[in-house]
Amino acid sequence: MDPLSTLWETFFDWDAMREALPEMLTVGLPNTLILAVSAALLGSVLGLLLAVAGISRSRWLRWPARVYTDVFRGLPAAATILLIGVGLAPLGMQVWGPDPYPLGILALSLIAAAYIGEIFRSGIQSVEAAQLEGARALGFSWADAMRLVIIPQGIRRVLPAWVNQLIALIKDSSLVYFLGLVASQRELFRIGQDYAATTGNESALLLAGLCYLALTVPLTHVVNWIDRRLRNGRPATASTEEDDDDIASYAATEGDRR
Amino acid sequence: MTTATTTSVSLDVRDVHLAFGPNRVLRGVDLSVPRGATACVIGPSGSGKSTLLRTINRLIEPDRGDVLLDGRSVLGDDPDALRQRVGMVFQQFNLFPHMSVLRNVTLALRRLRKLGADEAETVARAQLELVGLAGKANSRPAQLSGGQQQRVAIARALALRPEVMLFDEATSALDPELVKGVLGVMADLSAAGKTMVVVTHEMGFARQVADTVAFMDRGVVLEAGPPEAIFERAEHPRLRRFLDQVL
Repeated sequence: MDPLSTLWETFFDWDAMREALPEMLTVGLPNTLILAVSAALLGSVLGLLLAVAGISRSRWLRWPARVYTDVFRGLPAAATILLIGVGLAPLGMQVWGPDPYPLGILALSLIAAAYIGEIFRSGIQSVEAAQLEGARALGFSWADAMRLVIIPQGIRRVLPAWVNQLIALIKDSSLVYFLGLVASQRELFRIGQDYAATTGNESALLLAGLCYLALTVPLTHVVNWIDRRLRNGRPATASTEEDDDDIASYAATEGDRR
Repeated sequence: MTTATTTSVSLDVRDVHLAFGPNRVLRGVDLSVPRGATACVIGPSGSGKSTLLRTINRLIEPDRGDVLLDGRSVLGDDPDALRQRVGMVFQQFNLFPHMSVLRNVTLALRRLRKLGADEAETVARAQLELVGLAGKANSRPAQLSGGQQQRVAIARALALRPEVMLFDEATSALDPELVKGVLGVMADLSAAGKTMVVVTHEMGFARQVADTVAFMDRGVVLEAGPPEAIFERAEHPRLRRFLDQVL
């Protein structure tokens, strides 16, 4: 058998894929989404808090944020998931029972927050100081100016980088299998891996890979679309051209009035 | 123009000092602007004009001296509340680019003045109408010319009905053909009796509109008086040299 057809059969066995597909879609996909979406939400909120702490004038906020970021960005994701998932398991057992998902989500969130915090911080710091001055001059407090003017602009500037992190998160969600999952808790990768192990054929893993792509590629494009929309505002309506000679006519009437 | 003269107050800056490290930017500035009057502050770059404006609304706290509105010191007031009484317009407009023109104007009305959405929009649209930009309410700032953006910035400040308006080189970043529209709005405002301090390089505007012109150099007001005195009979040699250069 030539290597090409071996490759083909190992990865493109349609029957093996067809066999794995139902479980992939009904069990794996929802579980991956639960893990990724929850961790994305929690990680983004924590990341925003870290970002604001990271630019605070108080060192008691700045330093813990710095240390947190260094630690959780520096550790391998698998190590963090094991440390949190196993280390906090006794506590988790009391609160949630034996379900490994809450601790898995917590670990994924803590990892994502370290990266997202840095992404948000760089975005917020890229907003011109004049914007803060403009908001403060209207009478907004520092906190309100940050919340209403600076942070929204900063985050919009780093949406693509934020999506990178969400994509990493979707992929890293496969690592919760370290914590031991029962059949109904398995996510995409684990299901692919199990089929591959039982059949000796890797096609189900490839199918899992395609499922990841089906999540990540559209996500990139949706956020790019949102990004464009936020930059340009809503598509221009008909009333935009009325004012261009308005300047001239206005200036002229001003001249008369003076 | 409907910006009521009754909401104007007198402004007094007394012996204001400010240093950034060893750099003494303001070295005892005095400026008096009666209620409803317009003071133009002229002078070379780096003379402390913009810094002076920022000490009036306390974007920068003076090291020493006093700022009074209607004879009462404002240095002990809540700075955020003070800034709602003292509007400011910047050289670079400082509009919020992620919001529509309308929202730029309504934001402070809603969040600080606690107006309802409809009421805030009514006030904002009226204010935009006054600066000739009613048709641009739904545009983003980036879709406007510099002159239009600056008029929005003026409308945004005026919407809060400030008692004093500060203009920091409001036309310096504009293409020449756009300057006139902005100066027109400012002249209207002055004529309507708003107390204003205008830092400007537009000598024609200072001459026509100002009640008082103050010449600043190296952190002090060297000479102040009515425009004709400053422009026709300048006493200080530095002022005469400055006028020779800019006129």
